[in-house]
Amino acid sequence: MSDFFTEAVLIATVAAGIRLAVPLLFASLGEMFGQRSGVLNLGVDGVMLLGAFGGYYAVLKSGNVWLGLLVGVGVGIVFGLITAVMSVTLKAEQGISGIGIYLFGLGFSDLLFQKWVGTPLPIKAFPKIEIPVLADIPILGEMLFRHSAVVYIAFAAVPVSMFIINRTNFGMKIRAVGENPEAADSLGVSVTKIRYATLIIGGTLAGVAGAALAIDLKIFQQNLTNAAGFIAIALVYFGAWRPLGVMGGALLYGFVNSIVLQLKTLGIIPRSWSDIAAMAPAIVTILALVIVAQRFKPPTALTKPFERGR
Amino acid sequence: MRRKYAWFALLLAFALVAAACGGDDDAETTAAPAAETTAAPATDTTAAPATDTEAPMETFRVAIIAPSAQNDLAFTQSMVDAVTAVSGSVDMEIAITDGTFIVDDAAAAIRDYADQGYDLVIAHGSQYGGSLVEIAPDFPDVSFAWGTAADTFGLPNVYAYEAASDEGGYVMGVLAAALSQSGTIGVVGPVEVGDAKLYVDGFAAGVLAENPAANVPIVYTGSFSDVALASETAQAHASTGADVLTGSAQMVVGAIGVAAENGILWFGTQANQAQLAPEVVVASQVYHWEVVISQIVAKVQAGTLGGEIFVIDLANGGEVIEYNPGYSVPADVVAKADAAIAGIIDGSVSTGG
Amino acid sequence: MTSQGGIQRRRLFAYSVPILAVVGALILGALMLLAFDASPVDGVKAMFDGAFGSSKALTETALKATPLLFVGVGITIAFRANVINIGGEGQMVAGALLSTIVALAMPDVPAIIMLPAVLIAGLIGGAIWGAVPGALKAYYGVNEILSTIMLNVVAVQLMNYLLRGPLIDPAEIERGTRIPQTERLPETADLPLLFGSGRLHIGPLIAVAAAVAAYVLLWRTPLGYRLRAVGQNTDASRYAGIPVKRTIVLALTLSGAMAGLAGAVLVFGSESHRMVTDGSTAGFTGSAGFNGIVAALFGALHPLWTIPASFLFGGLLVGGNALQRAVQVPAALILALNGLVVIFVVSSERFRRRLLERPPTSVETPAAVTATTAPDPPNPGAPDTTDGGET
Repeated sequence: MSDFFTEAVLIATVAAGIRLAVPLLFASLGEMFGQRSGVLNLGVDGVMLLGAFGGYYAVLKSGNVWLGLLVGVGVGIVFGLITAVMSVTLKAEQGISGIGIYLFGLGFSDLLFQKWVGTPLPIKAFPKIEIPVLADIPILGEMLFRHSAVVYIAFAAVPVSMFIINRTNFGMKIRAVGENPEAADSLGVSVTKIRYATLIIGGTLAGVAGAALAIDLKIFQQNLTNAAGFIAIALVYFGAWRPLGVMGGALLYGFVNSIVLQLKTLGIIPRSWSDIAAMAPAIVTILALVIVAQRFKPPTALTKPFERGR
Repeated sequence: MRRKYAWFALLLAFALVAAACGGDDDAETTAAPAAETTAAPATDTTAAPATDTEAPMETFRVAIIAPSAQNDLAFTQSMVDAVTAVSGSVDMEIAITDGTFIVDDAAAAIRDYADQGYDLVIAHGSQYGGSLVEIAPDFPDVSFAWGTAADTFGLPNVYAYEAASDEGGYVMGVLAAALSQSGTIGVVGPVEVGDAKLYVDGFAAGVLAENPAANVPIVYTGSFSDVALASETAQAHASTGADVLTGSAQMVVGAIGVAAENGILWFGTQANQAQLAPEVVVASQVYHWEVVISQIVAKVQAGTLGGEIFVIDLANGGEVIEYNPGYSVPADVVAKADAAIAGIIDGSVSTGG
Repeated sequence: MTSQGGIQRRRLFAYSVPILAVVGALILGALMLLAFDASPVDGVKAMFDGAFGSSKALTETALKATPLLFVGVGITIAFRANVINIGGEGQMVAGALLSTIVALAMPDVPAIIMLPAVLIAGLIGGAIWGAVPGALKAYYGVNEILSTIMLNVVAVQLMNYLLRGPLIDPAEIERGTRIPQTERLPETADLPLLFGSGRLHIGPLIAVAAAVAAYVLLWRTPLGYRLRAVGQNTDASRYAGIPVKRTIVLALTLSGAMAGLAGAVLVFGSESHRMVTDGSTAGFTGSAGFNGIVAALFGALHPLWTIPASFLFGGLLVGGNALQRAVQVPAALILALNGLVVIFVVSSERFRRRLLERPPTSVETPAAVTATTAPDPPNPGAPDTTDGGET
């Protein structure tokens, strides 16, 4: 066990936990917006995969990682819009329509990869940015302030989301629509418009999450996300629909994974326990859901399509 | 009463779809021989029941059923490349059903290809064996090949093939130990089964033979496909001082990226992975299944449909250590690898597998 | 009466909506085929022939439809109680594992005991995996969508652990190949073949029987009435003295039991007659836990309608695979097409419901028609006379 508490290993474990949290953080922040307005989007993982392929392909062809991220945004907007049409306009059953988007994204991203790329070729990664001064702090600097650019973007999105949800007129409307759409409607807030907006934000962030993952790994492969999108949805509940809570959940999930991995590498967790250890994050999440459900209530209108006059 | 209408509507709509589909193919000449379905029933007059008389000896028809994508730079691609290579010398038609990780669907595909009269059906996945043992007896005229496996179930129309990946693994281990400065050499494994386990065990044995004091942490991520986890496993190895890494299965593309980033040497297996990171990939153990496939094809053409187990190894040229031309290995290190290869071939070196 | 004719025409139209949705998805699929230089005409022909074109094709379709029907029936039960069960995948795995353990534990009992035992074990395994999220929802307020997704993850790891360890075929350890699968399960547990030979076993019949049983349960028993009452209006049900929490647990338990049965039938009706894992849930279930939900929607969330709906949807999946073999496109195309079908069918629900909704002039449409649309004014005290066969 003492092997674990060496400087190099501790730094690597914390840095790995942060990296693993980034795609989850983007995706769950996006999902949070949708859920605050009353729409559950189960298709996150599908959009992430499509964004991942889009981002990967753009970087492969252009060599520009920011263009890759931008393509992720574009893919996200398109599928956010499709999600909105399904969930808001067509009032499709939210628990199920997302599964369709997921299956489509899983198949279609791989299909495009096979058609346009074929063999997995590596691409450029995000530039590493060392925050001046902070990066020079011993240990902490290496853990927190020597990451690739996209990591800072992800964490910067947290206060931005807090500000939007809590301090802006738009955020107030989102909350109103999620809690009491009838009242919001009677006050002249367009439930439809607000939900379209939040779902497009959610799609965008899911697309970015996928693109960030692919560019960070410098590769695309079938099912690259390995169902991270579903974890992201659970983290929204875990974080009690608040940006800080979501961030805490993403970090916790990242750290649990990186610690388990590091313990396996050091031989502290024996190999025969691998499958059992792999159950840990899911079970921890279920327990966390139980605790959160005792203290916080989801947006009242969550999963309920809005029908005027009912 | 109303329910009757509903049923009627459903049937009607279904019939319309059916008619629309059926109507199109009248004009269509029977293209794509692979498209022919089996034994057309009496109701379907459009499909020509051509399968019985088809498949004369000239064109040899091969079907591959495999669990991952055909361009995965790993398990599936190694077989697709091999069959393609053999088709250079034999008049051959190749059908591929890849990505068939659903075992039941794979079984249906194996049965269907056999039913269509393919000469050789390759079930390229050890998890397909349980189904194959039930299917093969139903098609005594079709030859099946199954791998990686070492069992033909005593059936006269099943071949089995496997790779002695511990041999190549051992050689790579010797190379890795000779090139490592730190003495810590990490392994990024998928799941501790089959081919991956053989390779990893051989690799570890090779490292320890060259440097008994070396530290070889082996991590199985628990997944064949989780690229992010493989990548972080490589990072974890790096943090504990590993300066050489290896790994198996299609998810290692993530780990190779990490190796390249940190200047850590990489050894690949199943396919040549040099193109993924030309600056750090030292060598790859490459499978040349064509050594096996060409023999099987010749035997099937001669009328022997199965009953034999093939192994590719260093001796028969089915396993080849391909060095990356972009990375120059010192001559004395290459000599050590060559000595290991020679020792394995003449039996004086045990890979511990 | 003119309005009566109008209603009937609307209904006719309504029932064709999901079919039109599938056709829409297939048109997009045809475009994808064109992108791969494959002929959509050949593709559609191969698809149809592969699904319905011969007795063998029909057998494959029926077998593929079986788990969809089980899961779909479970979905209809849960949905009537206003619970969404996304956990079919994990419940199938749980049922399959428990039934496999039972078969391995008593290899020597005669088929007459073995068969019911493994099927009941499947039922129980799935029921447990459904009861947990049910209890979490009823007593702790945990959203069932979330908990079932997480339980899917737990189930797949449990499957991998058991098949790579305690349940592995001893011969695999002996040979050193360690393929994660059980030994050939006792022949007494093989599902009997319907015609003595071929591939068609009694699984589809059990599934149809389960659908009929679910219909009877939902519309002919007090229990079913309670389930539907809770689904329509929780508060009113509570007021009327229905134990709402227990009913919710029961709905997910029954739903899980159906999925568990699907898992058992998959194992004992499989080609290999053993349980194998490739490391993923879908490798075992073929995503039936998800696709069964679509089959249920396709069948208008009614157990009996789910029978033909599952058959059609099974045909679509079998035909899709046949299409891949015939025109040699990547298998990922079929997965994408599967997703499109789900998207189109779910999205078209709205139109179907609207067509089925009671027109203002009508006097005759039974109240149950609107059950899936919105909570009608509850009527818990009234005798349950609705026929139910209409929705």
